Amino acid sequence: MSNLLVLAVGATLVMYALAVAIGALRLVRGPHAHDRVLALDFLFVVVLLTMLVLAIRYQSSMYFEAALLMALFGFVGSAAMAKFLLRGEVIE
Amino acid sequence: MTTALAAEIVVAALLLASGALVLTAALGLLRLADFFQRMHAPSLANTLAAWCVSLASIVHFSVLEERLSLHVLVINVLLAISAPVTTVLLARAALFRRRQAGDPLPPPLGEDAASTDRQLA
Repeated sequence: MSNLLVLAVGATLVMYALAVAIGALRLVRGPHAHDRVLALDFLFVVVLLTMLVLAIRYQSSMYFEAALLMALFGFVGSAAMAKFLLRGEVIE
Repeated sequence: MTTALAAEIVVAALLLASGALVLTAALGLLRLADFFQRMHAPSLANTLAAWCVSLASIVHFSVLEERLSLHVLVINVLLAISAPVTTVLLARAALFRRRQAGDPLPPPLGEDAASTDRQLA
């Protein structure tokens, strides 16, 4: 792991952390339920990308599975919540 | 310049680009005025930023292991399938809830889009 890559990964992770903080602000502020679902979906994607960056940082393939699970569960969760907002039922 | 150094420069550039894109998406999510405008912002993270990170990962692990390592593309395929589904569902939910609440709806589409809609209907 060279110095250049460590610096780049650090800067990227700082930017992701800022993005997560801003997304959490939107999650708390609302103002509607669909705003919160959108913010949660965004947070899932950012954490997924963080997993991929950490995989590069620690040169490990274990993070890939975590990222895959984040993508799957993020989709299922957001789709279920959006369906609930639309119909009041998740499975009809 | 060795291959490893070149690969590192490419990986670092792609990672920084993805960080900037994700930050832009978050700022858009925070700053845009209307929900239907805010919906546009996170797709930046879903598409461009995700592609930047996975390309960086492919370059890094291909150079490191000295063989092509493409499995990260699975995540891009998953995102490409799931993001539009979530977006459409959320947009319909927002429209439905706004109609129910009696809040003002977003302005109708322009003349071109309206005529296309009539043809489709």
